[in-house]
Amino acid sequence: MTENTGQASAVSTGMATGHLLQPGVLDTSHGVVLYMEEITVSFDGFRALNKLSLSIDVGELRCIIGPNGAGKTTLQDVITGKTRPDSGSVYFGQTLNCAKMTEPEIAHAGIGRKFQKPTVFENHTVFENLELAIKADKGVWNSLFGKMTGQQHDRISEILETINLKALYHTRSGLLSHGQKQWLEIGMLLAQEPRLLLLDEPVAGMTDHETERTAELLNSLAGKHSLMVVEHDMDFVNSIARKVTVLHQGSVLAEGTMDQVQNNEQVIEVYLGR
Amino acid sequence: MHTATKTLRSGSLKEALKEIVKANRIINKLNCMIISDIRIKKYLVSLLLFGITFAQQAMALTPAQQISLATGDNDPRIAALSHVSELGDVSAVNFLQALLDDKVKTKGNAIYIVDDTTVTDALTGKATTLPDAVDDVVNNNQMRDELSATIASLNLLSKDSKVRLDAAKSLLGTDPSAGRLTLIKKVEKIETESTIKDILEQVSASIEITDNDKAVRMAAVKELGDSANPNNKEILSSRLEADGEADPEVKAAIRLALRSIESNMAIYDKIGQVFTGLSLGSILLLAALGLAVTYGLMGVINMAHGEMMMIGAYATYLVQDIFQHYMPNYFQWYLLLAVPFAFLVTALVGVILEKLVLRHLYGRPLETLLATWGVSLMLMQGVRSLFGAQNVSVENPAWMSGSLQLTANLILPYNRIFIIVFAMLVLMMLWLMITKTRLGLFIRAVTQNRGMASCTGVNTSKVDALAFGLGSGIAGLAGVALSQIGNVGPALGQSYIVDSFMVVVLGGVGQLAGAVYAALGLGIVSKFLEGIAGAVLAKIFVLVIIIIFIQKRPQGLFAFKGRSLD
Amino acid sequence: MKLTSLSGLYDSKSWMYLALATFVLCIVIPASNMLLPSTSILHISDYSVSLSGKILCYAIVALAIDLVWGYTGILSLGHGVFFALGGYAFGMYLMRQIGTDGSYHSNLPDFMVFLDWKKFPWYWQFTDHFWYAMLLVVLVPGVLAFIFGYFAFRSRIKGVYFSIITQAMTYAFMLLFFRNETGFGGNNGFTDFKRLLGINVTTPQMRMVLFVITGLTLISLLLVSRAIVSSKFGRVLTAIRDAESRLMFSGYNPLHYKLAIWTFSAMVCGIAGALYVPQVGIINPSEMSPGNSIEIAIWAAVGGRGTLIGPLIGAGVVNGLKSYFTEAFPEYWLYFLGLIFILSTLYLPHGVVGLINKIKAKKLAKSATSASASVPSEPA
Repeated sequence: MTENTGQASAVSTGMATGHLLQPGVLDTSHGVVLYMEEITVSFDGFRALNKLSLSIDVGELRCIIGPNGAGKTTLQDVITGKTRPDSGSVYFGQTLNCAKMTEPEIAHAGIGRKFQKPTVFENHTVFENLELAIKADKGVWNSLFGKMTGQQHDRISEILETINLKALYHTRSGLLSHGQKQWLEIGMLLAQEPRLLLLDEPVAGMTDHETERTAELLNSLAGKHSLMVVEHDMDFVNSIARKVTVLHQGSVLAEGTMDQVQNNEQVIEVYLGR
Repeated sequence: MHTATKTLRSGSLKEALKEIVKANRIINKLNCMIISDIRIKKYLVSLLLFGITFAQQAMALTPAQQISLATGDNDPRIAALSHVSELGDVSAVNFLQALLDDKVKTKGNAIYIVDDTTVTDALTGKATTLPDAVDDVVNNNQMRDELSATIASLNLLSKDSKVRLDAAKSLLGTDPSAGRLTLIKKVEKIETESTIKDILEQVSASIEITDNDKAVRMAAVKELGDSANPNNKEILSSRLEADGEADPEVKAAIRLALRSIESNMAIYDKIGQVFTGLSLGSILLLAALGLAVTYGLMGVINMAHGEMMMIGAYATYLVQDIFQHYMPNYFQWYLLLAVPFAFLVTALVGVILEKLVLRHLYGRPLETLLATWGVSLMLMQGVRSLFGAQNVSVENPAWMSGSLQLTANLILPYNRIFIIVFAMLVLMMLWLMITKTRLGLFIRAVTQNRGMASCTGVNTSKVDALAFGLGSGIAGLAGVALSQIGNVGPALGQSYIVDSFMVVVLGGVGQLAGAVYAALGLGIVSKFLEGIAGAVLAKIFVLVIIIIFIQKRPQGLFAFKGRSLD
Repeated sequence: MKLTSLSGLYDSKSWMYLALATFVLCIVIPASNMLLPSTSILHISDYSVSLSGKILCYAIVALAIDLVWGYTGILSLGHGVFFALGGYAFGMYLMRQIGTDGSYHSNLPDFMVFLDWKKFPWYWQFTDHFWYAMLLVVLVPGVLAFIFGYFAFRSRIKGVYFSIITQAMTYAFMLLFFRNETGFGGNNGFTDFKRLLGINVTTPQMRMVLFVITGLTLISLLLVSRAIVSSKFGRVLTAIRDAESRLMFSGYNPLHYKLAIWTFSAMVCGIAGALYVPQVGIINPSEMSPGNSIEIAIWAAVGGRGTLIGPLIGAGVVNGLKSYFTEAFPEYWLYFLGLIFILSTLYLPHGVVGLINKIKAKKLAKSATSASASVPSEPA
């Protein structure tokens, strides 16, 4: 587990790919929304991430694939502040150092995360879930005495429309189906209006039809938001991916278009060689 | 004084007399009395007698000696006694003991020993009848002290090392007497047992400290300072008083020696604290080991754990009671039966508890906490109904009472030593059980990944029940240990439950090593704090320390870092 | 949904019940106790009044624990300490009111004379002022809860870990207050109160006034709590209970929310303690024993967590049974209490209120096919 430190730093050059809907924002002025450099995380001697370097451009939809234990979930943990890297740096835009921020601060700054297992507030209604997620002052005082603005109401109905849960908005979310919960969680992410969305296996447990719709949704989000999607379902990856990063043993093994990656010999070896 | 005898031995009477006058002054000083001329004369006579008989030391006391011991004024008698010491004649002990026991009567120069009904003529050793109007030999306190000290110093020559040790100990702290010094010095040379020798060295030093020769005094001070004995401290500090040591150099040496004794005593105090800390830690460890097993396995803290300990203690009480009534001859060995009995009883209670209650609450840790609290209330009340609300007392086997005295201020009670050893044994057994047996393997598997273990064919519900039984059984063993150091009552477990939780929290979940370090560490830290701040404040400090510590390491001392989402 | 509109807190039927409860507490019970002759069948004895007053105080504590446990999922096994601190804070005022009527006729309380203290320790300063004492009643538990909570929540101590630490906290305080040198009367605590605001505290009239104040306090705190849990703040609390990490990744800092409700809950307990002491006439360190605090949790569990009204019912039921049992069959009370603990966790996960709702829902399902979704929430 200590080898392969050599080819670890296949860093993308960080070119802006266009579609900048909010140009001139200070922290992403170089067109890059996330920089990760030489990240190492180990748990009791086991290196979950090994000098991993990666960057995501503004508006990009990046897919992360890799075998089990490649470090995909740990990667997202590091970005969202759940796990502190042992070494290396994580920057959100040019200025925000994620390694020094708490989870809520990072979320507030504009990184949203969807868990592998759909996680919604099961005892709240669909509407209340979105109400909690919607971009607003999330302090104690405002929660006690604040009122929701008309604009926020409109935004929630818009999202309900997008995630196809309008009819169920008064239902306790614990009663939703697995796929519906996945969507509700995506809807909650959207309500947060993040600049960068991290999605961990967003189509797990969805029907083909739902998967298709999710692909559509993610495709439409790209450009407006930057997305990082971790997925096992290769067909799904194929249907959304522009650029794919392959992780292996905590480092980047290959990066490029789906075709390039699929023809990369190292990747073939890792996926098929054992 | 001893110099006088030395001179006598060498033959020069004139020199000897000089020395005698000198020695007399020392005695004078010691006894703080003025000795009249007549007394000096009597004293000189007796001294000469001893000088003559010195060569025949193996023989019993001569009539003259007996007369000088039994009659006359106090001071010459003491001086005579002093010479008996020097002679080192063990056979003198009988007569001295008779003197001490007020069995000696005199009429003129005739001396009788009256023992209940039999009367012996001390001079001839033959049985006789007591004449009328005999005089009692009156011993004042000083004489009594001297008598017993002389007896002790003569006992130093005994063949039995225990008698010698007791004699040496009893000489410690008695008033220094130059007469005994010769004997003690002599014995010191031939004594083979180092403990006795050490004590004798102290005794002789405490006599020599009053010597006229500065060098001898300095040596004595040094000798006394090289210990941790509070008696030496007393001897030294009394020399610092107004009419004690005059020489500034010796005074400085005494101060230095005092400081050295104090620091030595402090070291032994510390060792003693570490020991009591270890024994407290062992109790905590016993209490926490079972918790570590059950909590590690099921993520649930069993609030009735303390009551399991209580049941273990009552089981010990039962076994003890049965032995007392039916097999008093084997009472020494009741623990051999009590240990497995307590383990089995509490393990059984644990298994029943698991099957009836906990089984239905997996995955709801907070509810389990409340339910087991309810169980603990019922168990407590149950014991109260069965055995009464009063504490019962469990008698230690004889081999466990008493204590091991290492130095004057370092005393280790045997029952505390037993608990430390017992805790280590239990720990070892548990460790072997967890690492080497199949049940241990299953327990570890279920602890780490319940679902996976179940998939590979481990009967998790059986493992749960057995593991809970094991944890409870260990609590029962803790109860056995507790019964040996204190009273056993229905609320016994309550007083340990918060502490044992703290050990588990501090040590980290499911970690035997963590529990060991946390328990022993907590025990030692609390005992040290107790020394500084008193028991209650120490306890509060310890709790505060733990709460602060957990801020820094919420997962305890030894926890695996994981990447699981909570 | 908004704190500003009180009418939105409850439906009209519930308001009716609340008004009825207020009427009974403030008019019916006082009238029956003071106006009716003791021979009348409708007469409520002094004993019953003081017992009910005590239970009302416990109900306030149950309400407080429901806010942190039922709604936020934080099980405190140390709420007894906040209750006792409130009681001690008010007890200090009551001790000062004794003046020189103590057995030693000193300005100082008897226990201080006994300890040979010559003057009040610094923390007894100003406690002879009623309003300052009232301030202490909420401030002392509040500050302790804030400091303790800040450190605990910041380190993300939760679940049983948190519960155990709170137990250690109350245990430590109990030991501290048992010491005579702490200055709160040691084992015996405070007792033999004479006056409150200069009025004799032992008269039936005074007792009734205290009873009514306690009842009104309970009802207003119930309303405030209801307002809290039906605000967005309350929904954040439930979200913390159900999926704390989701909430964090949504941009909320759970620390602030937990700390706010935890401190508020402690202050409510302090108020309950202050109302308890003059009615019961004694406060001592045993109120801080770990067992007491666990019992508080069981009131909430029996009544039904996360319902606000349930814990009040639970406090009433358990304590009512307790006073009956400890008189009728004292030796069986602990068996029974133990059984309550076990059975309510095993068979009544949602408490009495949950049971009633379930029965209601079944009836509803019988009459109409539409299933009700009003089953109370189950904490994580």
